[in-house]
Amino acid sequence: MAEFTLPKNSVVQEGKTYPAPEGATNVQEVHVYRWDPDSGENPRLDKYTLDLDTCGPMVLDAIIKIKNEIDPTLTFRRSCREGICGSCSMNINGRNTLACTKDISDIDGPIKIYPLPHMPVVKDIVPDLTHFYAQYASIKPWIQSTTPPPPDKERLQSKEDRAKLDGLYECILCACCSTSCPSYWWNGDRYLGPAILLQAYRWLADSRDENAGERLDELEDPFKLYRCHTIMNCTETCPKGLNPAKAIAEIKKLLVERKIA
Amino acid sequence: MSSNNRPLSPHLDVYRLPLSALLSIVHRGTGAFLSIGSVVLVWWLMALAGGEASFTSAQSFLGSFFGRLILLGWSFALFFHLANGIRHLVWDAGYGFEKEAVEKSSLVVIAAAVILTLAVWLAAFIFAAGA
Repeated sequence: MAEFTLPKNSVVQEGKTYPAPEGATNVQEVHVYRWDPDSGENPRLDKYTLDLDTCGPMVLDAIIKIKNEIDPTLTFRRSCREGICGSCSMNINGRNTLACTKDISDIDGPIKIYPLPHMPVVKDIVPDLTHFYAQYASIKPWIQSTTPPPPDKERLQSKEDRAKLDGLYECILCACCSTSCPSYWWNGDRYLGPAILLQAYRWLADSRDENAGERLDELEDPFKLYRCHTIMNCTETCPKGLNPAKAIAEIKKLLVERKIA
Repeated sequence: MSSNNRPLSPHLDVYRLPLSALLSIVHRGTGAFLSIGSVVLVWWLMALAGGEASFTSAQSFLGSFFGRLILLGWSFALFFHLANGIRHLVWDAGYGFEKEAVEKSSLVVIAAAVILTLAVWLAAFIFAAGA
């Protein structure tokens, strides 16, 4: 059953406020969700003020600046800083996106940073993605085939067949879409969510895969697949501009076609 | 590392829901409201079958300001649910998933629901005045 409010231990409290650096003229307020597993306290919202004249252009630059210059205890994931690793996914001003590709200048007022929504928090803006990855493993994200590969070359694919993977293979599993989805919030224990379903379709659409039947059997489930109600938050928020909602619709279509064929 | 005391990150409080998500909530709400409305319809039919006295009292309730307010809400719910239902059919056929298309069809659904509701009430008042 959907729980619309946060449990007692998760309610966010007022945090510390750090003043603007002296002499700064181009200032930016940054609010960051903080939670320290060792403190025994509730999460809090800390407020920092940065000098943008000495800060890089992206939200990730601001976060790194806070860690480097103001508060070294601030904990977050980041790696490639160019939108390809998917590590710095978080909720910025109400939408899930990658901090490294989100321009500070696109934001009016304070930057508000929270972890990906409705996830257990490990520390600060680091969510626990264990279940998300387990769901990914459950769809068997690799080529399954019974025919042996050609002895002297790789399994070939026509240009047309390869093109069917466009808009799917680019997914970096940042979990922005899944954690934007209200159905995933309320039923994430059993509903696979948009990211994993897009990945599931990626293997269904692959001409080299020979296990579509079994893959569809696995997906034909009121919870795994059909908790998608086309709310469209996933497509709206994907930082890579992909369309998980459409991929899910394609899976639903495959299931219908299989029934009437 | 103990993981059982981990807080749940904020969701509804912080997420800025796009228009499509708000319409999804309204779709669910109007659906629930319509099922209550069908009970009212059955009650009205039973009142009709019950003879003149019961029908008159049902009519006077539905004709009152409060009754009309419910009917207005019900007719809007019907047209919204119908328009958005057609959008769901189009989606189920695999069309209209691009962001711009979703934005546009959201506005079309709202406009259609408002216009159809107004048209029906206008027609009802014209008919009532003419009769």
